[in-house]
Amino acid sequence: MDNQYKVVHCTINGKAVEKVVDVRASLTDMLRNDYRLTSVKKGCEVGECGACTVIIDGEGFNSCIYLAVWAEGKEIWTVEGLISPEGELSDIQEAFVEEGAIQCGFCSPGFIMTSWEILKSGKEYTDDELRKLLSGHLCRCTGYENIFRAVKKTMLRRLGKKKEAEKVNSQGITEYPNPMPFI
Amino acid sequence: MYDIKALYEAESVEHAIKLLQEHPEAQIIAGGSDVLVQIREGRRAGVELVSIYMLDELRGVSIDEEENIRIGSLTSFAHITKDPIIQKYINVLGEAVDMVGGPQIRAIGTIGGNTCNGVTSADSASTLMAWDAVMEVTGPEGVRRVPIQDFYIKAKVVDLKPGELQTAILIPKSSYENCYGHYIKYAMRNALDITTTGCSVNVVLSEDKKKFERVRAGYGVAAPIPMRATTAEEFLKGKNVTEKNIKEFSEMVLEDVNPRNSWRASRALRRHISVVMAERALRESIRLAGGEING
Ligand code: FES
Ligand code: FES
Repeated sequence: MDNQYKVVHCTINGKAVEKVVDVRASLTDMLRNDYRLTSVKKGCEVGECGACTVIIDGEGFNSCIYLAVWAEGKEIWTVEGLISPEGELSDIQEAFVEEGAIQCGFCSPGFIMTSWEILKSGKEYTDDELRKLLSGHLCRCTGYENIFRAVKKTMLRRLGKKKEAEKVNSQGITEYPNPMPFI
Repeated sequence: MYDIKALYEAESVEHAIKLLQEHPEAQIIAGGSDVLVQIREGRRAGVELVSIYMLDELRGVSIDEEENIRIGSLTSFAHITKDPIIQKYINVLGEAVDMVGGPQIRAIGTIGGNTCNGVTSADSASTLMAWDAVMEVTGPEGVRRVPIQDFYIKAKVVDLKPGELQTAILIPKSSYENCYGHYIKYAMRNALDITTTGCSVNVVLSEDKKKFERVRAGYGVAAPIPMRATTAEEFLKGKNVTEKNIKEFSEMVLEDVNPRNSWRASRALRRHISVVMAERALRESIRLAGGEING
């Protein structure tokens, strides 16, 4: 076959780039191998686990089932793009650390990109809505509650609801005003 | 790397047709959430692909000159759910496709791909069946329209001839006018799961809301291809909106549904839930249509 390779122009983490790409490559392959963006994980590679999630033109996609050549003209964001110029973590990442939402960390970059998409809407979601929005990711370590809590807290903090955010307890729900004291 | 022999990227619908004619062995790839996974599994390894993913002209929802709702075949599930035309006239379709896979799958999955793969479990298919959708197919000889009932030939086979691709899905005005529907997906998990059996019901009530003018019930995974429970539909036509009629209607779907035993569920379970879902989806459709159950 003659046109096995193709030049792909796109914007990755705010920077316009171009590279010659094998047409058989997935977007995961391109981001990891050609751009060394190794936050994009290879979990299942069949669109089930969400470990490879990146943002393309504002929406979260599983990059493992997205052909690299389709990235032509697209704007792509990965976790590497969330870090501030001074190297500080974003509020979402801070919350993941704070809540113990990361154990082995394999699912984290995907979850963080989806959280970024959810939270950029500026909406206040119900618990059920948040769970549904996060449902495209599998985590084998945390049992999801810590992740849910990290996202919910960041959402509330961004909405200026600092007090409510601090009250989100281990079930992810807002605590009663007088919790039982430790005996 | 995917085990792909060759990838031809279409630049227009005409170009896609030309590519399909030049490469008769090639398969169409739209969003790829089925095709790429099957390549990865080895089932379609070594294929030639004609990609239509970059054809933005096939995206979006509009009302055409004939007042059909026109859904471009490459419109993603996520965009269908968010679309104001869908929300206004056929919200049940937006709700149904919002149950496919998870959020990232709904960003890549297209309604055209969901119907062209000919699978009975497609979450869009039972609703499109129940709303008498019409498939717009474009090929070397031009454009033709195929009613969805004829589009599905048998499991995994649809009416696409060599060189043809589906370019839009149309919902005629006579179908969506005054019509309200509800879809129920029965599956083992709330996300990332395939439908055990799905049921989509819609109703048009008489002006006084006391009679059924038209009732349609579509099913997925109740037969090898998506199907309609026509016996039950016929029964309710012109009947009063009563408890007894609703019950009889739901029992009557068993005349038509013909599910099989599979590792996901038994035929008996699928028959049972077909009845329960018919009743629940009908009740919800009546409620949405502003009707009340009298007696
Ligand atoms: S690696 Fe892409 S979804 Fe699992
Ligand atoms: S932290 Fe290990 S998979 Fe989620």
